[in-house]
Amino acid sequence: MSVTPKDKITIQIAGENALIIYFGAKTNPEILDKVQQAESLIRFHMANDIVDLVCSYASIMVVFNLLANDHHKIRSKLRTLLQETAVDNVNTIKHRAKLVELPVYYSPESGPDLTLIAQQSHLEVADIIEIHQSQEYLVYAIGFAPGFAYLGEVDERIAMPRLSSPRLKVPKGAVAIADRQTAVYPNESPGGWNIIGLCPVDMFDINANPTMPVQVGDKVRFKAISKAEFITLGGVTPIKGIDTK
Amino acid sequence: MMAPTGFIIKQPGIHSLLQDAGRFGAFNIGLTNGGPIDTHAFYWANRLCKNKLDGTNIEVSIGGLSVIAQVDSVIAVTGATMPLTINNEAKDLWRSHKVKAGDIIKLGYATKGIRCYLAVSGGFQIKEQFGSTATVCREHIGGLAGSKLVQGDFLACNMIKDTEKHKTNLVLPEKSRPSYTPEVILHTIPSYQQRYFSSHQQRLFFSSEYTVSKHNDRMGYRLEGNTIACDTDGILSEGICHGAVQIPADGQPIVLMNDRQTIGGYPKIGSVISSDTAKLSQLSQGAKVYFEPISMDKAHNLYHLALNRFNRTALMTCD
Repeated sequence: MSVTPKDKITIQIAGENALIIYFGAKTNPEILDKVQQAESLIRFHMANDIVDLVCSYASIMVVFNLLANDHHKIRSKLRTLLQETAVDNVNTIKHRAKLVELPVYYSPESGPDLTLIAQQSHLEVADIIEIHQSQEYLVYAIGFAPGFAYLGEVDERIAMPRLSSPRLKVPKGAVAIADRQTAVYPNESPGGWNIIGLCPVDMFDINANPTMPVQVGDKVRFKAISKAEFITLGGVTPIKGIDTK
Repeated sequence: MMAPTGFIIKQPGIHSLLQDAGRFGAFNIGLTNGGPIDTHAFYWANRLCKNKLDGTNIEVSIGGLSVIAQVDSVIAVTGATMPLTINNEAKDLWRSHKVKAGDIIKLGYATKGIRCYLAVSGGFQIKEQFGSTATVCREHIGGLAGSKLVQGDFLACNMIKDTEKHKTNLVLPEKSRPSYTPEVILHTIPSYQQRYFSSHQQRLFFSSEYTVSKHNDRMGYRLEGNTIACDTDGILSEGICHGAVQIPADGQPIVLMNDRQTIGGYPKIGSVISSDTAKLSQLSQGAKVYFEPISMDKAHNLYHLALNRFNRTALMTCD
């Protein structure tokens, strides 16, 4: 499972025009913090060299402009910058994290996998809901689909592996669990996570600025709401599009 | 005010998408690149129309597109062998053609390769989303309404102002055109989790023949052949670059293309270079591919050589 020696930063090749920096092989807030500090530095100091960045858990993929650079030059620039990170002089450009509260209508009607998790965990459905909404989650990564935020870490008691066969259709707003991660599906899509409720807040609005209510490094807390509140907040019933396969 | 000028989609064909060079800089909100899956043919279409290289044109997969010009313009079609007619008269690919308002431009079905690019003078004038017009259907972003073209769509483009610029038509000499063979070597830079594949598994991967499965699209090409085993079954989700070769639990490689998900947790054995993903994109179910390892330095050399060849190749005039 481990990709790099513990906490040692390594830079490896990803592809023709991309390198990937590994900051560790674990999911934890300290490593994410390093990832974010490095991201700020790279964006600030290498704006002309890079085409795009993907930050995720413990890595940053750096896509560079192949017309003006080769990987040796990019690697050496990155190494210099990351050494600066090590001396910890970047607190000045640290990301200002915000806490975002997301309402969730938890119920077997809106969350068809609640009963399955209850069986597996020997907990009551009410306990699962309580555990899920009783903590703050860190946004570790955004990807897979526009606006899809990976939140961690879910309490071990309600962690559930992905469904053995993914659903062809997961509704927009589905709040779901996979292992120790949780997320809100920004749009209807196929998916293999265990659905426990529905969130009426748009996670990705192409016309809004910002397009997403959260970014990597932010905190999220879920808050249980009733079906009536769900409808008031724009949630749609009867709930359609959950393929119960 | 003058009525808007452009082209009307008479028949959209199997799968026709508006594409510019792609969407870059939006990975942080989960948006993938999109853009032309065969960059080589895409850039030639724009060059033949004397456009900016990243001008928006139509990527036609498999064929069946038919458009009506509402404006005098210049068009060019490059890519797969697809019968092209203008007002039912057969025309050549890989060259520009003058068209008049009212002309009907039609593409049949591909016989060699599967994707063509139809460019018009000045490029189609499409509103950008997140800095690009590239259509990514899965994200409902780009193009006209985030989806493939449909009958009746109106694609704005400007009337030719400078007739001098388009006095003569241009053609790419035959010797400089690609030939789309049903067998392709995919030069692959060993990278990512390569070391989690034993040397035996790596040898197997680089010496096996793989067949393009029916699951092939702009997101990825799933291949069938010898199963490759990885010593690790999952990794922390991380950024996936263009051309990355993912080995999921069933051991069948997937080459990830323009519309890939931006992050994922399956191990990857390496990444195919861009000039070879362009060739792969012209293949359909049943075609054969072989992976061949290449160093990063050699990959860079090939990239610059290909670019240099593209820039040096002169277009000829024709009528």
